[in-house]
Amino acid sequence: MKQRVSIEVNGQKVEAEVEPRLLLAYFLREVAGLTGTHVGCDSSSCGCCVVVMDGSIPVKSCTMFAVMADGHAIKTVEGLAVGGVLHPLQQAFWDQHGLQCGFCTPGMMLSAYAMLQHQPNPTDAEIRRFLSGNLCRCTGYQNIVKAVRQAAEQLATPAGVGG
Amino acid sequence: MSVEIKQGHAMGVSMKRKEDPRLIQGKGRFLDDIVLPRMLWQAIVHSPYAHARIKSIDTSAALAVPGVKAVITAKDLQGLNLHYIPTFHGFDKQMVLAIDKVVYQYQEVAAVVAETRQIAADAAELVEVEYEPLDAVVSPFEAAKDQVIVREDRDQKTNHIYHWEVGARADTDTALAGSAKHIKQRMWFQRCHPAPLEPCGILADFNAATGRLTLYLTSQAPHAHRTVVSLVTGIPEDKIHIISPDLGGGFGNKVPVYPGYVCAAVASIVTGVPVKWIETRTENLTTTGFARDYHMDVEIGATEDGQLTALKVTTLADHGAVDAAADPTKYPAGMFGIVTGSYNFPTAFTELDAYFTNKAPGGVAYRCSFRVTEASFAIERGMDILADELGMDPVALRQKNFVRKEQFPYSSPLGFIYDSGDYHATLQKALEGIGYQDLLAEQAEKRARGDLMGIGISTFTEAVGAGPSKHFDIMGLKMFDSAEIRIHPTGAGIVRTGAKSQGQGHETTWAQIVAEELGLDPQNLMVEEGDTDTAPYGLGTYASRSTPVAGAALSMAARRIREKARKIAAHVLEVGEGDVEWADYKFQVKGVPSKSITMKEVAFAAYTNPPTITTRRT
Repeated sequence: MKQRVSIEVNGQKVEAEVEPRLLLAYFLREVAGLTGTHVGCDSSSCGCCVVVMDGSIPVKSCTMFAVMADGHAIKTVEGLAVGGVLHPLQQAFWDQHGLQCGFCTPGMMLSAYAMLQHQPNPTDAEIRRFLSGNLCRCTGYQNIVKAVRQAAEQLATPAGVGG
Repeated sequence: MSVEIKQGHAMGVSMKRKEDPRLIQGKGRFLDDIVLPRMLWQAIVHSPYAHARIKSIDTSAALAVPGVKAVITAKDLQGLNLHYIPTFHGFDKQMVLAIDKVVYQYQEVAAVVAETRQIAADAAELVEVEYEPLDAVVSPFEAAKDQVIVREDRDQKTNHIYHWEVGARADTDTALAGSAKHIKQRMWFQRCHPAPLEPCGILADFNAATGRLTLYLTSQAPHAHRTVVSLVTGIPEDKIHIISPDLGGGFGNKVPVYPGYVCAAVASIVTGVPVKWIETRTENLTTTGFARDYHMDVEIGATEDGQLTALKVTTLADHGAVDAAADPTKYPAGMFGIVTGSYNFPTAFTELDAYFTNKAPGGVAYRCSFRVTEASFAIERGMDILADELGMDPVALRQKNFVRKEQFPYSSPLGFIYDSGDYHATLQKALEGIGYQDLLAEQAEKRARGDLMGIGISTFTEAVGAGPSKHFDIMGLKMFDSAEIRIHPTGAGIVRTGAKSQGQGHETTWAQIVAEELGLDPQNLMVEEGDTDTAPYGLGTYASRSTPVAGAALSMAARRIREKARKIAAHVLEVGEGDVEWADYKFQVKGVPSKSITMKEVAFAAYTNPPTITTRRT
């Protein structure tokens, strides 16, 4: 009962025959072989699985079937750096000590990535609200907010690397 | 990616973390990221009942699903004598899969092994278990009545596990009775779950050709786990290899040994291929190690003007269905004796009774060592209640009763020695930092117009750094730690300890410690932990032990290297060993600082054995 899907992941088409019930998260991890997207819960609560669809839509890939992403473009954490150059979000998380175990980090950065497409100049309150679907058990969030703020500032400057 | 270091200073310098580049690029290696050829998947069948007899288990429908390789029940484990595992507390044992009855809701009843994650999950739903529900006891107060016995497998048919006490009962009771003020409060530090973002899991790989069992494991203590696996399975310890990869948090949750681990290891041995098990979040929250669940009656006595006279804490501990608390043998209630906190009590007494209930096994350290959180909450809350009773500022009450600077080293009435401290100065600094007087004014003003505002103060004396072998063990394994440092010819190196980071940043901090001691570049000191084949034996990371124990071991090992290096430096500088001193992050001839050699140069000399300074490479 498999279905053929074609999903553009980080600019590359990935085609496979999948069961309709295969979650996008597992498609990315096990079919596309990109394990940077993590699974941390059963209930769409934690946000470890967040990826960005069609340029600017953050989705919890554990709450989407691969077949639903057929024909769409998905950006994962592996697609943030370009030519080995870290995306300002990645650089900012590193600079601001925005991670400890790193398990929530890909999802955090991609939620922020999506947010910055819609709101390039967020307040701290807006950052916190937009990231409220992403849990972190290690950091206490302060440095995550600082990291997103740094990335926003970096991206807003003319010399900033485009998203 | 080398960073210019200022004169070899690595400690006291803010450094970006060395582990971050892979984590921010999604290139971490967490357990579920690891795949091995021909790998099978395991799913677990759980009991919907908290307490029930098992009438029958029918695995036939599950076994008939295409792609299912095995269904394991307790009967199968019994044949291998693996139906029980010891708990980290040492004195109890836990059913791997339920035998005759289940004793907590969601307890593991069977394990299904199949070709894909999905087939395993499908088949798990087809395992038919017939239960006869029993009354469940979920309160330790009810459990104490012994009307419903949780553990029929134990010799003593009682829910009472142990009694523990320390201090002077009679003196404390007398002091309380004679105190002008005597507060008493029942406090329940409720059960909570460490909930690391990455759930627990294992990838078990038994190699029949070599006889080695390799376990990729979400383990905060890989060496201890290796020893336990050897003792439990009978497999010689050199044939067991545990690799704890990048961990997505631990918080104590990755200290216990779980039934899923044992089942996967057995499944790999039986099928001859790797078997992976990653728990779901539901499984994590319902079956893995809980923390806390202490019901404490806190009594504090004081004089009219707030001088403490006595402390008594009586506790009912809810351990769930298994006594699985990870506590040293000598301290079944962990470090709860720290409950006198930061205060100078003339006398104190605490006692605790632990009970089984029909809940998942509890009592792991969670973000705090060994029951210290329960103790700290008890005393700080108690002091606030006393302050309220006295009509006294909670800060003033604390200042009046802190252990004074001149009293250190201080012996508490519950048997702890506090080696040093200046609590008054510390609290003062905090009060100034937060602007306490301004806050009080704001509070008074708000209260005057009917608004509520609270100011929370807590002083926290934590016993950490488990710990000295004469006091601390886990299942008899003394809680030392180890360090191994290898310096390469070019001044780079490998640093290994028996700790295991779950996000604490050891790859950076250990490099800083060693770099500071040796004047080397921390960017070129590779830190490795978690592989029992290469890491020196240690008791892992939890209870804030890594820096005081493993970090100290690193310093000591680094200093030994420095002493050996001194001999080589003296040789190369053509002076006696006594004429060489370590200063400014290099070896210098005493009185002639321009005649010097760096550790990096000594490292090269160590491998190339140059005769004298005139032939050394620069």
